Amino acid sequence: MTEPVAEALARALAGLVEGEVRALDEITLLIPGERIVEALELAKAQGFVLLADLTAVDRHPEEPRFEVVYLLTSIEPPARVRLKVRVVSPEEAVPTAVPVFAGANWLEREVYDMFGIRFAEHPDLKRILMPDDWEGYPLRKDFPLVEEPVQFFGHVPKVPSEIIPKTPRPS
Amino acid sequence: MAAQGPGVAVTRPDASRPLGMTMSRAGSPHQATDADADALQRSILTTTVERLLGWARSNSIWPVQFGLACCAIEMISTAQSRFDIARFGSELFRASPRQADLMIVSGRVSQKMAPVIKHIYEQMLDPKWVIAMGDCASCAGVFNNYALVQGVDKLIPVDVYVAGCPPRPEALLYGFTKLQELIAAGPPARRPR
Amino acid sequence: MNELTRETLVLNMGPHHPSTHGVLRLIVELEGELVLGTEPVIGYLHTGFEKEMETRTYHQNIVFPPRIEYLATMIEEHAYVLAVEKLLGIRPPARAEVIRIMMAELSRIASHLVWLGTSAVDVNVSSLLMYCFNDRERILDILEMVSGQRMMHGYMRIGGLQWDLPDGFEQAVRAVIDDMPGRLEEYERLLGDNLIWRKRTEGIAVLNADDALRYGCTGPVLRGSGVGYDVRRAFPYGGYDEYEFEVPLGRAGDAYDRYLVRMEEMRQSCRIIRQALERLEPGPVLVDDRKVALPPRRELVRSMEAVIHQFKLVSEGIRPPVGEVYSAVESPRGEKGYYIVSDGSNRPSRVRVRSASFNNLQALPVMVFRNQVADIVVAIASIDIVLGDVDR
Repeated sequence: MTEPVAEALARALAGLVEGEVRALDEITLLIPGERIVEALELAKAQGFVLLADLTAVDRHPEEPRFEVVYLLTSIEPPARVRLKVRVVSPEEAVPTAVPVFAGANWLEREVYDMFGIRFAEHPDLKRILMPDDWEGYPLRKDFPLVEEPVQFFGHVPKVPSEIIPKTPRPS
Repeated sequence: MAAQGPGVAVTRPDASRPLGMTMSRAGSPHQATDADADALQRSILTTTVERLLGWARSNSIWPVQFGLACCAIEMISTAQSRFDIARFGSELFRASPRQADLMIVSGRVSQKMAPVIKHIYEQMLDPKWVIAMGDCASCAGVFNNYALVQGVDKLIPVDVYVAGCPPRPEALLYGFTKLQELIAAGPPARRPR
Repeated sequence: MNELTRETLVLNMGPHHPSTHGVLRLIVELEGELVLGTEPVIGYLHTGFEKEMETRTYHQNIVFPPRIEYLATMIEEHAYVLAVEKLLGIRPPARAEVIRIMMAELSRIASHLVWLGTSAVDVNVSSLLMYCFNDRERILDILEMVSGQRMMHGYMRIGGLQWDLPDGFEQAVRAVIDDMPGRLEEYERLLGDNLIWRKRTEGIAVLNADDALRYGCTGPVLRGSGVGYDVRRAFPYGGYDEYEFEVPLGRAGDAYDRYLVRMEEMRQSCRIIRQALERLEPGPVLVDDRKVALPPRRELVRSMEAVIHQFKLVSEGIRPPVGEVYSAVESPRGEKGYYIVSDGSNRPSRVRVRSASFNNLQALPVMVFRNQVADIVVAIASIDIVLGDVDR
């Protein structure tokens, strides 16, 4: 059961939304990339004044591969809504949310740093957590964890992430 | 026994008289042996100055304020009134590396921080020591990944490793006293084996 | 006359700096003593938590959260465990919830004591650091009594707690909680009307409510500016809706207001702990669902099913349904949220740590604009950042 103000936002954005997911008391709206700024402005006008989080998910091997996730919070009355933008290739830039929420500045830099997704017209898109000359985008699924094997004598230990191997996904 | 080669007849070092004068079998400094070095150490004058320096250095180690992550909080706790590190001589944690003897690397060393640590270590004046406090500084601890240097001993020489995540203040103090013993024993104790 | 030129000075503070509360680098542009611009450079403590948590099972991942925000360790564990429980759709037993709230509030007081001590030492009231850490040691003793570890506890489990409280817990907690208001009053007498403290913090590092919301600030930074958003009130979790407590608000959004907000929060935490002690009823501390929580050891002797469940949980781990969840708690710094995406396997596909300090630190340039250089230190102290939280 999601909050009425979140429902109101879903209705207000109905023209923009490509898809909707409701699970676990949370509402997720799928927005096409070109219209995300419009959606954010509408949400802000409807009372979702806090951009709690801006992150990305690498859904490899599913397509489209990346998703940029915006989490908006309304303070009075309290409600949460999630907006998602599907990104097929990271070179195609997502419009930046900085004009709407100034806090998106560092959050988008982090998404660029970790996933390589560019944001069009971002004031200062450069790496934020990794060193400036780092190559590669760490949180992508094809970037390895880079585990250093530990030297033991007479025994080849498993690297820590292989101690409990990953079970196959349910099909 | 007959004297062999040039030199004076030797008397074997008498274990019951550790402060006796001993003469080396060697004819020149190039022929000096380990036994000669030990014997030299046991003679009164050199040992006393070394021991004095060792005592002074080990009892007034001033660490540089170098807290990185969670271990830094335990390091601060060690410096506070319950686990008082000041009673061991570290009255002050110096902010400037030029005024400090000890670098307690307390916390995980990330890729971005590695050149900074090297820089600060190089700015410290000799003699200087390093305690790798915690699992992350010793061997990157729980984090075997791209973002961390796997142990600070890949960057700087470490004298004492203190295990724990984070090590209790008592553990850090134990490592600290081990370092004090190391310092008091003088430079030969740190000679590579 | 020759024309006088004005140049600004670019100064580098950190990453190794006694007052930046960790490895934070600031590139400050100064005109004389006046700060014209600040650029925080972060990433010096980036540990790759999010990637690391993608390579471990949900249970193995409990190890990581306390190392992210290492001052409020129980609250971090609470945040992660609540997110996974929400994904699974389970709720721990009532006793576990009460104990979790007690541990979280004790962690909150401990974290605020560190903030108070280090802020005071930044303004050169050095003795307060000793007193605050002394009080913190008493709280850490309780946390150690309960979990075995002073800091990285690993006490909370998905579905409850590792084990029940030890004997003597209630006396120990009451001893600390009954003392705490008196100690807080001492600290307030030292700082509250102190001319030096007030001159250093009043009107300094002002952040108005609009800016705070624009930058996504939460916690005492947002409440000091007058916006009443506390996750415990707005989106109650873990049983918080049954407790009476107030959420202190500031007005001016300066460092002094944030100080007042945090001092009052410590008092309210004591109040919550007292209520929790009243609510403590005997009962189990781990949920009964054998697909999620390990069976008690004595059952392993009797039941083959228990052995199989134990084997499955240890060798494979839990496998939540496909989906995603966002669950947040109120950490001493603000909203600490976990956004977990599950693909149905025993490892999370994505764990996003919404850290409070990352967003709060973005507001620093706005806070110190046209303040003096010495106020940068006070501003950083009043935001109360934890670099592990910022860099993850």
